[in-house]
Amino acid sequence: MDLKVNGRIRAVDADPQTPLLYVLRENLQLNAAKYGCGLGQCGACTVIVDGQAVFSCIVPIQVLGGKEITTLEGLGTIEHPGPLQRAFMDEQAAQCGYCIPGMIMRAQALLQRNAHASDAEIRTQLQSHLCRCGTHVRILRAVRRAAGLMQRGGSGSAVNP
Amino acid sequence: MTAASKRLAARKDDVNVSRRAVLRGTGALIISFALPPLASARQAGGLEPVGAAARLPGSLGRAPFLDAWIRIDADGTVTAFTGKAELGQGVKTALTQVVSEELEVPLDRLKLVTADTERTPDEGYTAGSHSLQDSGTALRHAAAQAREILILEAARKLRTPPDRLKAANATVLGPNGARLTYGEIVAPNLLHVQARPVTPLKGPARFTVMDRAIPRIDIPAKVTGGAAYVQDMRLPGMLHARVVRPPSYRAQLTTVDMTSVERMPGIVTIVRDGNFLAVVAEREFQAIQAMRSLAAAARWQERPTLPKQSELSAALLKLPAEDFTIFEKRAGVTAPATSLAATYSRPYLAHASIGPSCAVALADKDSVTLWSHTQGVYPDRQAIAELLGLAPEKVHCIHVEGSGCYGHNGADDAAADAALVASRLPGRPIRMQWMREQEFAWEPFGPAMVARVRASLDPSGQIRDWDYGVWSNTHATRPGPAGSTLAGQHVEHAFPIPPPRVLPQPEGGGDRNAIPLYSLPQAKVVHHFLPTMPVRVSALRSLGAHMNVFAIESFMDELALGAGADPVEFRLRHLQDPRARDVITTTAERFGWAGRRHGGRKGPGTGCGFAFARYKNLAAYCAVAMQVAVQYEAGRIRIERVVAAVDTGQVVNPDGVRNQIEGAILQSLSWTLYEKVGFDDTRITSVDWSKYPILRFDAVPDSVEVHIVDRAGEPFLGCGEAGQGPAAAAVANAIADATGKRLRDLPLFGAGVKAAIGI
Ligand code: FES
Ligand code: FES
Repeated sequence: MDLKVNGRIRAVDADPQTPLLYVLRENLQLNAAKYGCGLGQCGACTVIVDGQAVFSCIVPIQVLGGKEITTLEGLGTIEHPGPLQRAFMDEQAAQCGYCIPGMIMRAQALLQRNAHASDAEIRTQLQSHLCRCGTHVRILRAVRRAAGLMQRGGSGSAVNP
Repeated sequence: MTAASKRLAARKDDVNVSRRAVLRGTGALIISFALPPLASARQAGGLEPVGAAARLPGSLGRAPFLDAWIRIDADGTVTAFTGKAELGQGVKTALTQVVSEELEVPLDRLKLVTADTERTPDEGYTAGSHSLQDSGTALRHAAAQAREILILEAARKLRTPPDRLKAANATVLGPNGARLTYGEIVAPNLLHVQARPVTPLKGPARFTVMDRAIPRIDIPAKVTGGAAYVQDMRLPGMLHARVVRPPSYRAQLTTVDMTSVERMPGIVTIVRDGNFLAVVAEREFQAIQAMRSLAAAARWQERPTLPKQSELSAALLKLPAEDFTIFEKRAGVTAPATSLAATYSRPYLAHASIGPSCAVALADKDSVTLWSHTQGVYPDRQAIAELLGLAPEKVHCIHVEGSGCYGHNGADDAAADAALVASRLPGRPIRMQWMREQEFAWEPFGPAMVARVRASLDPSGQIRDWDYGVWSNTHATRPGPAGSTLAGQHVEHAFPIPPPRVLPQPEGGGDRNAIPLYSLPQAKVVHHFLPTMPVRVSALRSLGAHMNVFAIESFMDELALGAGADPVEFRLRHLQDPRARDVITTTAERFGWAGRRHGGRKGPGTGCGFAFARYKNLAAYCAVAMQVAVQYEAGRIRIERVVAAVDTGQVVNPDGVRNQIEGAILQSLSWTLYEKVGFDDTRITSVDWSKYPILRFDAVPDSVEVHIVDRAGEPFLGCGEAGQGPAAAAVANAIADATGKRLRDLPLFGAGVKAAIGI
């Protein structure tokens, strides 16, 4: 079936019940969405579907036809990082970094809706995401910094407006 | 190197290509690789240097030739080699800074090759906050000595006295514009020389790269979707494997009907060997579905072997113990004194990495290449070699990052699983990925512990006597032996589980940090080592230090209360070490300890706590102060503010130090407040995040400040595990200050907290 990922239509050959996570990682060779639990409990696999942050580990691709899927790769590149990516680099907001792509995608969905989100809203949104390294304080700082960048400069997505 | 691994290693890392170019004789420095003999690999992680090499700094004694650490190619490429691995602690960046500084090579011109059994020195495990002390020190000396050699060689070529030359920017510069790049200077074997024990090192005043907050070199790829982890590896023809683990520790596989699973789409093979059961499929989700079906088809015989969780401390105290008196001091003081006693406990704690363990393996007929997020490529190689009946040199073990591990998690077991499966399918790369519930059920947990302490105070409020005992299993069941891996234990011809090891002082295991740093006229400290391990255990970041510092520093506050003394002043009156005193006073000042909000005085509900330790009594010093607020209506306690100070000797990357200490504090808050491995009489039951809750964003303090005490020019002291113990005790002390109730059993937000805040 066809999936629209990061602005491009991609034909994927997979069982329609396959959760999106495995299709992204295996069929489309995208690294950012991570397997953490496969149970919708940790946030490591988070991507954006039609503007909403979703756990890709529990969404089968059969419900995603015609929807806009955005992964961390869709927000920018090393050379041209999006505002959240830039902010996470500037704040050095990672230890192992395994949880970070999911955190960024949740924050992206929030800031796309409301670049003026309060600290409390940021925390509430990230409540469903786990970080085991204890990078939380830096993650919050990075999201706040990105909000500032996005208030000044637009949507926050370098590739996929 | 095997043919297949050569092909694939070349894909992984272009440095490898240049090495082979070197071997073909393109005029680079290295002809042969200066690795230490295999014997040292077999020491399985011990870092005791051998013979005369003992006097060499850091890990140089384990690989005494400079070219084991530093290589310069004729094309000017500079490569450094370390046996340590990036675990998300930023060590790659820090080690690159060290080499760049001493070798005078810009950061972006420097490549660093990490833990790889065919390319890097054997530095045992990346553990115990040793990386900078061991590898950083070795690389620093090797780089400085290499720089000197390059200058001498340039002097010869330029016919200029060496004292008129200087190195900068990978070039040796002389008078009248004379210059030679390192690439122009190198000659075969130039660096194939024994390291010397003494090196003139650059002074801190001349640093341009060290002691600077250089951005981590791994972060850009990690935040943009680059291939950063072993989980992200994709090799041509790679297959996906899943293991079906027994439902409990001693379960025996009685029957399994494999026929229906074999017919599922994409299934390549099912591996059954005793209690080891795994499935291999073309696609990852096919492997998962087949694993589920196979698990449903398997019949196991289980036995109840676990203690009663509700009486865990009592069960530990009843286990047979080997007692080691690790500290004793008698002064014969007998005058009257007030005495206090308390018992503290900790349950089993999970490493609970966010990414379950994963490994990729590729076997030839008689060799295997393995990519793993293990903490020890050499010890792991030995385990895999024994498991597969191969000579160690037939196993090539390469570290690739995984999710943070915080000690001995499932990494080595997943590596053994991958290697075993790969050995049944030669020529096909196998990606073995554990499931969440497997990581939770099968990782070796941080041991449950009990500590009992009794002390007496003389009338002047000075501690007179101290009597401390700690009960614990071993904190190290790492490979070496094949029997330390699950695959080795589960195959039909099972390898014996190695007997548990007591980790000796001064670093210790369960007794790590059990000896207080305070000056005490009379004291006795006993390590009650428990060889029987009802639950699988091993090293969790900081080992026994988390529990011992929690107990000692909680009890110091109980004593301060008994003496009517301020907790900070009470600590200082028992401490001589000036560096210890400095981190304490720095923390107290930055926190505003003197004017702090106080439980019971400036209104109930707010309290502050303080704690201090020097990790292992020989690494970094760390003090932590915290302010908590009891929210009676919400029935919860919130941590509002944390201030810490750390003395980690010479700092390489200040932001890296802060990141490590911040992480240590938050991780320790999670362990200390929330965590407990759950089990019934047979099975581990805390197998997902709903049953093993950890700290989430709503509980993250409003601010966490880390201050670094500057010790320019002092030796490196590891800091990755310095914060856990102090953070645990500081929060317990703050809760006691706020509520007047002392909580001594972890997790603190268990049953006890309800009583403490009266809900
Ligand atoms: S992997 Fe999807 S929520 Fe954990
Ligand atoms: S940075 Fe390691 S899990 Fe968040």
